[in-house]
Amino acid sequence: MGQYLVRRLLTIIPTLIAISFVIFAVLDLAPGDPTSALPETIRPEVRQQIRKAMGLDEPFPVKYGLWMRQFFVNEPLSLIEKAFGIQIGDGEKRLRVTSWGSRGVPVMDMILERVPQTLWVVGLAYLVAIVIAVPIGVVSAIRQYSIFDQVGTFISLIGYSIPTFFTGLLMILLFSVKLKWFPMIYDTNLQVVDWHSFVEQLRQSAMPVAVLGFFQAAILARFTRSSMLDNIPMDYVRTATAKGFRERYVVIRHILRNSLIPVVTLIALGIPAIFSGAIITEQIFRVNGLGALLIGAIQLNDIPLVQTVTFIFACLIVAFNLIADVIYGILDPRIRYT
Amino acid sequence: MAVGTETASAESLSSELPQRQHRTLWGDVWLRFRRHNLANIGVVVLVLLVIGVLAGPLIYTVDPEYSFIVDDIDSINQPPSVEYPLGTDDLGRDTLARNLFGGRISLAVGVVAMFVSITFGTLVGVLSGFFRRLDNPLMRFTDLMLALPSLPLLLVIIMLFRDSLKALLGPELGIFLLVVLVIGILGWMPTARVVRGSVLSIKEKEFVEAAVSVGTREPAILWQHILPNVLSPIIVSATLGVAAAILTESALSFLGLGFPSNVPTWGRLLFENKDFITQNPWLVIWPGLFISLTILSINFIGDGLRDALDPRQRR
Repeated sequence: MGQYLVRRLLTIIPTLIAISFVIFAVLDLAPGDPTSALPETIRPEVRQQIRKAMGLDEPFPVKYGLWMRQFFVNEPLSLIEKAFGIQIGDGEKRLRVTSWGSRGVPVMDMILERVPQTLWVVGLAYLVAIVIAVPIGVVSAIRQYSIFDQVGTFISLIGYSIPTFFTGLLMILLFSVKLKWFPMIYDTNLQVVDWHSFVEQLRQSAMPVAVLGFFQAAILARFTRSSMLDNIPMDYVRTATAKGFRERYVVIRHILRNSLIPVVTLIALGIPAIFSGAIITEQIFRVNGLGALLIGAIQLNDIPLVQTVTFIFACLIVAFNLIADVIYGILDPRIRYT
Repeated sequence: MAVGTETASAESLSSELPQRQHRTLWGDVWLRFRRHNLANIGVVVLVLLVIGVLAGPLIYTVDPEYSFIVDDIDSINQPPSVEYPLGTDDLGRDTLARNLFGGRISLAVGVVAMFVSITFGTLVGVLSGFFRRLDNPLMRFTDLMLALPSLPLLLVIIMLFRDSLKALLGPELGIFLLVVLVIGILGWMPTARVVRGSVLSIKEKEFVEAAVSVGTREPAILWQHILPNVLSPIIVSATLGVAAAILTESALSFLGLGFPSNVPTWGRLLFENKDFITQNPWLVIWPGLFISLTILSINFIGDGLRDALDPRQRR
């Protein structure tokens, strides 16, 4: 296991370099000029100087190398400094990746500002999805073809087919416009200080969480059901039943334990996807999170910010792929990593 | 299809003999598919939707861009009525006409993007499954593509390249090609993996060994023996691929980064009308309903096809 982990960690390095290259190349080769957002009145010579100061005249490999140094050396160092309150070398001189849109602000600071909102909505949605989906999938599989199963399967197929931007708008229509239960727009400035503001926070999170959670729960419930159905006809289940265990015991101690192994892996693999899914949900409810930051940056042609956010999404995918593999190995002793 | 002609001649031979009815491969698939209730409902709904968007604008000849304000100042944000079957939008344009035209583009994007991703995915999958030397590099490439965050990248690529393509090919064709190509290129990886897996297992089967032993050349083995046998996973992922592509296009349009505003797609209609949800909820209900129905019916069909094409279920 340890050796496997080391090898997997080593393969992450070329993967991340390749991904960073793709992201950098797409944005660098694309037409479009960072100075185009500046006022028209700037004279062409001055514009040329601005371009030069931004390093846009350098050849591609140089630009990529410099960007890599900023990204893989300077940014992590600054993050460590910030996290532990220590000084490493000359922090003032270190070149940070800065935003073009809001000039001079380090991109990382902007991102860290947005992470809590996204994490709150995404995390809560995922928790809700898991809590709802796993029991439904289990019961559906045990009572296969029962009414519960048929209704559950149908609803989960619907949940998986209706796009989140439509469920979101429908919920706004029903719960904000008609019933007036929840606010239409998520207020990021709300501070949770007392019971009242906590309730307010829950109320405004209810719809985004429900939309994301419903979609995710549909996928998870389908998967849990089919994983349970794979295990129910197994010999060990028949043996356990033949030994005279009650059905409840067999289901919980035998079938469930084995069926949840792939489900847990899927849960880990789905975390990056739900972050991407949050881009849409954040737009519907105007949650001021990472997705909204990305959309805003794309519209402003703020290339450093777009590169960084996209790269962070890619890092999430790579990290959770590794985590899923490791969890699978821990939970299933039949998997041998050699 | 070679299988069909062979069995057709076999059927004419055996027709005089009092035998049980001859069954063909695709006839079997059809029979099993017919037993799948939800899939049949899906086919009916999808066929109705496709006929609607193809023939609809020919019958219902209202210009989707025409504003009825010119005739009647009160014709904005109308609910469904006899005059405007699905109502009108904030500029007095007919919602039914806009949805019919939008459906054409949404469905076209789905089908064409699916072809791009299936072609590419099948190519990569067959190559890496069949030629051992290509397997490792191609699969590493697939893994890399899978690690790219697709929605953010889609948004970025479309944002960056849409102006130059618009200038090159015109606003409609340019954006259409861009959207279709990008969705296709970022969506072929699951197909490639499934196809590779099937090719790997079929390559070891006895009939391939027999073909090799009688001296069949590699291209013939690939085309005649392996490809027909990986057709079922390809068909299933093609079906689900259409739904995924339609969903992606709507998501892009919903974020305001798909087609320009004079090209109504279902996602674009949702994006444009979401701010009028309090005044006229019908404006978002219709396109949302059409997208959902399309994707739901395609997913039902995909489920039915998966069951029908699974040889383990053959009785």
